[in-house]
Amino acid sequence: MLEFISQPWHWSVSGVMIALVMFLLIYLGQRFGVSSSFKALCSIGGAGKSFEYFNYDWKSHDWLLLFIVGAVIGGGIGSTILASPEPVQLSAATIADLTELGIKVPMTRAEGSGYLPLDLFNFEMLTSLKGFILMVVGGFLIGFGTRWAGGCTSGHAITGLSNLQLPSLVAVIGFFIGGLVMTHFLLPIILAL
Amino acid sequence: MRLLKYLLVGTLFGIVMTKSEAISWFRIQEMFRFQSFHMYGIIGVAVVAGAIMHWWIKKSGFKNVDGTPIEFADKPNTYKASIFGGTLFGLGWAMTGACPGPLYTLVGHGLWIILVIIASALVGTFVYGAMRSKLPH
Repeated sequence: MLEFISQPWHWSVSGVMIALVMFLLIYLGQRFGVSSSFKALCSIGGAGKSFEYFNYDWKSHDWLLLFIVGAVIGGGIGSTILASPEPVQLSAATIADLTELGIKVPMTRAEGSGYLPLDLFNFEMLTSLKGFILMVVGGFLIGFGTRWAGGCTSGHAITGLSNLQLPSLVAVIGFFIGGLVMTHFLLPIILAL
Repeated sequence: MRLLKYLLVGTLFGIVMTKSEAISWFRIQEMFRFQSFHMYGIIGVAVVAGAIMHWWIKKSGFKNVDGTPIEFADKPNTYKASIFGGTLFGLGWAMTGACPGPLYTLVGHGLWIILVIIASALVGTFVYGAMRSKLPH
């Protein structure tokens, strides 16, 4: 059984399981949207004293904070007890593209699990220009962008689209405009820095 | 006790994110390069299954755990915020290879560098809150 679920999951199984997580949250009286946790964490840090946006009862999001603690635990279980025997199996075209950009794609578990390019994302790289841009600027854009758009992949792409919300479709179009511009135009420039 | 349920659902979410490989920086690159159906399959199935769920809940009047009929709030019609904020998030998504849920999950993988990205995301959220009234929505 453990061996069976330790294999990488087929995309259709994963999609159904994400919908199940959304259903469980709705059944428990909440909704599926992870980026609201950033707002709650800023409020806990006292941002409500300075800015109206954070001046709300963050305890209404206490469930979401427990949910993200659970996500960390789930990540721990998934990467140990349920770890896949092989690294993430990418398409040959992606491996070729990334190799040309100078990114090492792990082929064996000894080289990595294939979740993060460890040559780029590490503490030493923070002091390099490209590392700083990818991690610090990238993180900033995630926080600023998701709160401006009013949701991320869970709130807009999954919840919003499945509830036929037009503002969510517009947001998802934005996600792809940004993602495509970064991947095809900006990332090669950043990686060459 | 009330909150323990969310810890368990969150744990399931972290496992799903890991086993689906949706939290892989490499998978996100593959998606934005249109070189595999994997990520589109995950999101597509989740949206279709979710749409059936929304339709069924509305049609059947299914009640939540407290016995209250479930109502779905519409997203506000702030289209400028959706497109501008969405595009900025998309840039960050392709840089870090992770959206908010995966960021938390990756911390559980023992990848502590992700904490730097989360801290930056909190700074980004704070700056948004500070200049919110000056931005188009």
